[in-house]
Amino acid sequence: MDITQYFTDYTLRTITLGTAVLGAICGMLGSFAVLRKESLLGDAISHAALPGIAIAFLITGAKDTNVLLLGALVSGLIGTWWIRGIVSKTHLKTDTALGLILSLFFGFGMLLLTYIQKQPNANQAGLDKYLFGQAATLVESDVILMSIVTGVSLLVLLLFWKEFKLLLFDKDYAMTLGFNTKFIDGLISFFIVLAIVIGLQTVGVVLMSAMLLAPAAAARQWTNSLSVMVLLAAIFGMFSGVFGTAISASQTNLSTGPVIVLVASVFVAVSFIFSPGRGILFKQIRLIRNRRELELQKTLYFMYSIVKNHDDISRPHAIRILNNFQGFTKNTLSQLEQKNWITIQGANWSLTDDGFKKASNLYTTNLPES
Amino acid sequence: MVEKIAVAVDDLTVAYNYKPVLWDIDLSIPEGVLMAIVGPNGAGKSTLIKSILGIIDPIAGSVAIFGKPYSKQRDKVAYVPQKGSVDWDFPTTALDVVMMGTYGSLGWIKRPGAKEKKQSLEALEKVGMLAFKSRQISQLSGGQQQRIFLARALVQDAAIYFMDEPFQGVDATTEIAIINILKELRKAGKTVIVVHHDLQTVPEYFDWVTFLNVKHIATGPVKDIFNDDNLTKTYGINYKVAVQK
Repeated sequence: MDITQYFTDYTLRTITLGTAVLGAICGMLGSFAVLRKESLLGDAISHAALPGIAIAFLITGAKDTNVLLLGALVSGLIGTWWIRGIVSKTHLKTDTALGLILSLFFGFGMLLLTYIQKQPNANQAGLDKYLFGQAATLVESDVILMSIVTGVSLLVLLLFWKEFKLLLFDKDYAMTLGFNTKFIDGLISFFIVLAIVIGLQTVGVVLMSAMLLAPAAAARQWTNSLSVMVLLAAIFGMFSGVFGTAISASQTNLSTGPVIVLVASVFVAVSFIFSPGRGILFKQIRLIRNRRELELQKTLYFMYSIVKNHDDISRPHAIRILNNFQGFTKNTLSQLEQKNWITIQGANWSLTDDGFKKASNLYTTNLPES
Repeated sequence: MVEKIAVAVDDLTVAYNYKPVLWDIDLSIPEGVLMAIVGPNGAGKSTLIKSILGIIDPIAGSVAIFGKPYSKQRDKVAYVPQKGSVDWDFPTTALDVVMMGTYGSLGWIKRPGAKEKKQSLEALEKVGMLAFKSRQISQLSGGQQQRIFLARALVQDAAIYFMDEPFQGVDATTEIAIINILKELRKAGKTVIVVHHDLQTVPEYFDWVTFLNVKHIATGPVKDIFNDDNLTKTYGINYKVAVQK
């Protein structure tokens, strides 16, 4: 495949646009799912959408995408509503409710799918593509629908930004301020369900939750600001869509949905390791650096405890007396000298004024300056 | 002396799963007091505050704030929840959290502007946290987080402040800073109601006290009712606290 195909091949262009828009909306709304600690809700909702697709087909007998997705939306919303109901009305915890609804709806959906496949109706072939998705079936009208949904969610997001943030951070407090938290909660849930439903055709019920969570989880690593996180998640999602489509188009027999999800996972892995604030790599580097710093301070303090018993602080002492002291190396000595805290003459060291001052203040820095 | 009643609770009963947490509470809190709510674990102290604020629906009873239902008086009430009730790893800054205190008066959709930002900065200054305004909230110590919550309530500029264990897990410096702010609020004529755990400091910090253990046991000035008799009724054991002052 070469790059000009993107501008000449209509199908490829449509699919790329579609997956990019889908990635953006999923990243955007997925941020809220992650921050609400409802990552698994997406999984339950996407599985809960399956019977809706089957029932919509059974009623209409046609495979019109919009009708099927409408069915998915209704059954996804019912699933969400039931999960909330189970959590608020029984002693069961959220994870149990999610597991229950997920398997119940998915099982029912599979049952209906097998039933449909045994029907003589020739139209039934291909309904199972909603299991793993098939980006190749995207047409221009699908992409337009996705763009409209994305536009509307973006508008709602900007409009209710303050309310969303407040609810996500502190729901009880939002209540005392007089905000209708049920409405805000419902609004967020509705748009998450919507994002999942429009992705079913491309990514499928099984992998859909990864589209929602991966970009958001990756974005969280890079920033401590909610707005930047949502923006980054949208960008990560978009690029997952574009790269995923390009990779799957360059090879035969590579399903687009799974490739997109894998690309999104690469974003997550890279973010987990390389993000400066929260990444594993820099955390480890900071840890080692702190440890070195501590060794240095320990040595300096040991020297200070020897020196402070003498009137003349710059009086030289033999390096050998440090030998019994753990943490002393040639390296630490030269570093201390570099910082101008000590001077070394032959086999002797002596503390400088700076070094003495530094050492005497070492363990009092935690106190507030008054 | 005619006292204005700030908070009146009438026959309030709350239950989780059939077990009563609060039983038939009658309580009136006069305006301008700094009051502690004390009682053992599970006595319903937090629940009482949450039901007054409408976070928890009671089975029965009613609450009036200056004679009217709470839903009509929201602008007169500020709330400081327990520090542990939120996720401090949430991606936001100290200033941003304090600004949330202005959301109620802003109402739906309207965004905070320069005026709200100024108020929030002033509140941060009052709690001694101005230097930390841009700090990500997870990088604050427990005491600093508590001060942020206090600043958020101060921004609301209310007449009544409800605080759920503001001294929990804070060091001595922060505790003194907080109690000084609370005393200032009382001086300004505000009513401050605090769920409190440390009985030793009740006489020193507060002028009113409510004893609660599912049922309402007593409410009144500390100097009149903070005695062994009420402590024993509340805690079930003969609590030896030397009543000072």
